[in-house]
Amino acid sequence: MVRVIIRQILRIAVTLFIGGLFAATLIRYAPGFDSDEQAMDTRLSNESVQALREARAGERNIFRFYGNFLSAAVHGDLGVSRSLNRPVRELVRERTPVTMKLIGTGLLAGWALGLILAISAAMMRLVTYDVFTTAVSGLFLCIPSAVLALVFVFVNAPGALAIGLVVFAHVFRYWRNLLDKSYAMPHIITARAKGVGPIRVLLFHVLPVSGAQLLAVAGVSVSVALGAAIPVEALCGIPGIGQLAWQAALGRDLSLLVTLTFIVTFVTLLANTTSDILGRSLRAQEA
Amino acid sequence: MKRVRQFACVLLVLIVGASFAANWLAPANYATQFRDELPNAGPSKAHWLGTDDLGRDRFSRVLYGTRVSLLLAPTAALLSTVLAALVGALAGYLGGRWERLAMAGADLFLSLPWLFLLLMVRAALPLNVSAFTSVTVTFFLLGILGWAASARVLCAGARNIRNSDFLLLARASGVGRVRLLWLHVLPNLKPVLLAQFWISIPVFILSEANLGILGLGVAEPLPSWGSLLRELENFTNFGGEYWRLVPLALLVITVTSFQMILSRDEVTA
Repeated sequence: MVRVIIRQILRIAVTLFIGGLFAATLIRYAPGFDSDEQAMDTRLSNESVQALREARAGERNIFRFYGNFLSAAVHGDLGVSRSLNRPVRELVRERTPVTMKLIGTGLLAGWALGLILAISAAMMRLVTYDVFTTAVSGLFLCIPSAVLALVFVFVNAPGALAIGLVVFAHVFRYWRNLLDKSYAMPHIITARAKGVGPIRVLLFHVLPVSGAQLLAVAGVSVSVALGAAIPVEALCGIPGIGQLAWQAALGRDLSLLVTLTFIVTFVTLLANTTSDILGRSLRAQEA
Repeated sequence: MKRVRQFACVLLVLIVGASFAANWLAPANYATQFRDELPNAGPSKAHWLGTDDLGRDRFSRVLYGTRVSLLLAPTAALLSTVLAALVGALAGYLGGRWERLAMAGADLFLSLPWLFLLLMVRAALPLNVSAFTSVTVTFFLLGILGWAASARVLCAGARNIRNSDFLLLARASGVGRVRLLWLHVLPNLKPVLLAQFWISIPVFILSEANLGILGLGVAEPLPSWGSLLRELENFTNFGGEYWRLVPLALLVITVTSFQMILSRDEVTA
C-alpha cells in the first residue's frame, strides 16, 4: 500500500508539472494573448500602452516564465495578478475557503440526493418511481450548469445547491446501474429469497459489494463539481476560485491562471487518487 | 423503450429540419434590427417570439441559433471522435509504451476540468474576432479538447481486439500491421466510435451553452443557443415572459432527445 501511495504522489507531481506547462503554453500561444482591454482605452497615452505591453515581456518566453514561476512558487511567491493588481497568494488564500465550502456543500447535497434516490429506486423496483427518478436526473443532466446558476440567482437560493443538482445528475445514473447489478447478484437474490430484510440486504450485502465503485464515481464527481463551480460562482457573484478563474481568463492573467490550473488539477487528482486508494483497500478487505 | 427512441428521433428530425429551413421559415434575418418597434417587445403577428434587447426578431434568431449549434456540435463531436480514434485505437492496438504514453496524455487532459481549460483558451482569443471566427474557434476548441474520455474507452476496446483470437490468427497468417488496423481493428471499433460520437454531441451543446452564458461563446450578431441563453441574465419574470424561455426549452428537448436515443449502456460506457 505504501508503494502505491508513493507512486500516486509521484504521478500527481508529474501531472501537475506538465499540466501547468500545458495550460501556460495554451494561453501564451493563443492568438489573442497580446491583446489587452486596457490597451484599447482611448484615454491612455501611447507611452502607457507601450508600458502595458512591456509589462508582458516577461511572459513571452514560456519556458523562462514557467521556470521563474516554479522557482518563485517553491519559495511561496506566486506572483502578482496583473488584472486584479494583487498578490496571487493573497487572492488564492481569500477565495479557496469560499470554493471549498461551496463545493463541499454541493457534493454532500448531490451525493445525498443521488444515493437516496438510487437506493430507494433499486429497493422499491416500482416502474413509475424508476421513471420519475430517471427523468428528474436526466432533466438536470440536460440543463447547462450556467442556466441552473441563473435560476438559483432568480429564486435567491444558495449556489451550492445548483452544484449539488449538477453532481446529482451525474452520479445518479451510475449509482442506479451499479445498484441494479448488485441486486441481481445470485447471493443477494438468495438472501432476499431467504427473507433477509431490505435494510440488512443493503447494508451487509449490496453496499460492501458495490462500495469501491460507488467511491470511484464519488471521486470523479469532484471534477464535475469543480467544473460547475465556475459558472455558478461567476453568475451568482460568489467570490471563490471559479469566479477568480473566470476573471483571470477574461483578463489574460497568465500567472493567476497557471496558479489556478495547479490548484484545480491538484484537487481533481487528489480526489481521484483518494477514491482509487480507498477503493483498492476496500477490494483488498473483500478479498 | 423503442417507442421513446422513435419519439426522440422524430423530435430531433423536426428541430433539425426547422433550423435548416431557417432561410424560408424565419420572417427576418438574425441580424436585422426593427428600429421602429420597441426592443424586448412581446409576441405579435410580426414577431412570434417578440424581439430582443436590440429589436431583432427572436423567432428568427432561435431558428438560426439552433442551426449553428446543431451543425457545429456534431462537427466538433466528429473532430474529437477522430482524434480519440487516432490516439486511443492506435495506443490500444500498439500496446506497451505507446499505450502508457497515450493514456498518460489522456489522464492529463482528464485531470484538468474541461470547462476550466475551455474557458482559459477561449478567453485568450483576440478581442475583435469576427462572428464566423468565434463560432469556428469555439467549436474547434470543443473538438480538440474533448477527446480524452473517448480515447480511454477506445483504447480499452482496441486492447480487447488486440488480444482476441481472430487477430492472432490474422497476424499468424501474415497480415501486415496497417492492414490489420484498417481491416480488422477499426471496423470492430465502429460501434464504440459511433457511441462516443453520439455521446459527445449533447456534451458539446451544453458546453457551448455554458460558454455563451459566460460571454465567451459565439460572438454577436451570430446567434447560438449559448448566446440566446445569455438573455436570461436579465430575466425578471418567469411567468409573464415565457417566450424568452424558448431557446432553453429547445436545448433541453434536443439534449434529452440525444440522451433518449442513446441506450443506458452506451451512456454508462
